[in-house]
Amino acid sequence: MEERKLTCIVCPMGCQLNISLEDGKISSISGNRCNRGSVYAHEECTAPKRMLTTTVRVIDGFHPFVPVKSDKPIPKEYLFKCMNLIRAIKVKAPVKSGDILIQDICGTGVNIMAARTIPRAEKQEVS
Amino acid sequence: MHNVDLAVIGGGPAGLAAALAARRNGVDNILIIERDKELGGILQQCIHNGFGLHYFGEELTGPEYAERFIEMVREENIPYKTNTMVLDIQADRTITAVNSREGLLKIRAQAVILAMGCRERTRGAINIPGDRPAGIFTAGCAQRFVNMEGYLPGKKAVILGSGDIGLIMARRLTLEGVEVKMVCELMPYSGGLTRNIVQCLEDFNIPLKLSHTVVNIHGKDRLEGVTIAAVDENLQPIEGSEEYVECDTLLLSVGLIPENELSRGVGIALDPVTSGPVVDETMATSVEGIYACGNVVHVHDLVDYVTRESETAGYHAAEFIKNNNGASGSEVHRTIPGKGVRYIVPQRISNNSLLKGFKIFFRSDKVYVNARIAVRCGRQVLHSVKRQKISPGEMEILDLKPSHLENIEVSSLAENGLTIELEY
Repeated sequence: MEERKLTCIVCPMGCQLNISLEDGKISSISGNRCNRGSVYAHEECTAPKRMLTTTVRVIDGFHPFVPVKSDKPIPKEYLFKCMNLIRAIKVKAPVKSGDILIQDICGTGVNIMAARTIPRAEKQEVS
Repeated sequence: MHNVDLAVIGGGPAGLAAALAARRNGVDNILIIERDKELGGILQQCIHNGFGLHYFGEELTGPEYAERFIEMVREENIPYKTNTMVLDIQADRTITAVNSREGLLKIRAQAVILAMGCRERTRGAINIPGDRPAGIFTAGCAQRFVNMEGYLPGKKAVILGSGDIGLIMARRLTLEGVEVKMVCELMPYSGGLTRNIVQCLEDFNIPLKLSHTVVNIHGKDRLEGVTIAAVDENLQPIEGSEEYVECDTLLLSVGLIPENELSRGVGIALDPVTSGPVVDETMATSVEGIYACGNVVHVHDLVDYVTRESETAGYHAAEFIKNNNGASGSEVHRTIPGKGVRYIVPQRISNNSLLKGFKIFFRSDKVYVNARIAVRCGRQVLHSVKRQKISPGEMEILDLKPSHLENIEVSSLAENGLTIELEY
């Protein structure tokens, strides 16, 4: 039997959840003041996922980086693997918000998309 | 001299929403003035998720939230000047600004909306003793370096202050391969949202040291380490609890201050607690025709509330312009922070507000569980609502409806003001 402590983040109360696990399955939850806490605990203990937001290098852009986000939450254990892949790529300006920059990252079925528009760098005016 | 109906100072979320609301209320000639090279403000560097849940009903990143408003401003053809810094505002609403293309600009506006936002408190503001090496950044400054310019501030970091920016940066630096050793928080509770403590610290096993602060800084050219110490109930370091932590980077997330040099220059009354202008329920400041909204008024936790507040400012600035610069002339009363309440916005309410209802924003002075928020005028309790938890990190909003206000006696309101207090 394994014991886990979690802070519920469904609402601002932040209930401290005590969870007992048997063979990876939840056998009991205490500390939650409502049912949403138990739903949260199940998700967190069986398949925790997180949205990933980071940046991708842009060539010839108005900014040198474009913010990106995963279009769905990524299994938590894949976060650093995905970061390594994202850090390695470059895209050429212009980039449009919503453009998919990496498809099915690390086989997770999740796409990495641009979270803003980056136009081409303005040409330097010669005066 | 350049004449406009409405000048909006600042092109962040507050300025954009205010300009849009004014346009939708019939103001044609608007100018947004922004000192950065693009619109969007600090949202552009807040690349994390979680913006827009209240306003759009979906979770957006900061740049996405900004882009929606920038698009709307473009669709409405609202003019804006970037790379332009406002130097001065006069009480007759003459604005002096400067940029490198046009030089010095004089702009005469019928109404002005202040939307300059806030800035970070620095090491100087909290007086950390010790050496003065490189490697000490405010959290927001580091955020801009990492997210927009592509520089990492260092390799091993300690973060002082557990406000949301500090927590978000702990996660961001960790994802980029920086070792975040700990987050120290002077208070016995975090100033950030619970979800950020969980998803930014607990997810990555970053310790949060409550009731701890940095008492010394070591390093000649580059930061080599900091001394942290536990603090007692008076927030004074406890002798003997010092601990040396090796690091090359210290991020400070120790509070934000509304940026009110321009407001002060024009003689606008400021609230000493919020450090922002005293406003009424229309977001009008003490100087006629000058309105204020967003973080320049008080530091918000969610941008969605900044947008709503700014729409109020934009709408009423438009009314002021349409009424030929006539102020409402309605009698004005005070709102009073009672027990457990640190500040209230608006600080003033007019008689008009009693008929239409209005929103009250406030922050508590500490964490309360199972408390009741009471609104009263003298001894008369007008409204009371229960909250499971109230904490200084999360702004409280009370929506006062005309039905709550209909039994209020104006003479009593004039004498006693409107008090918001916590019962616990």
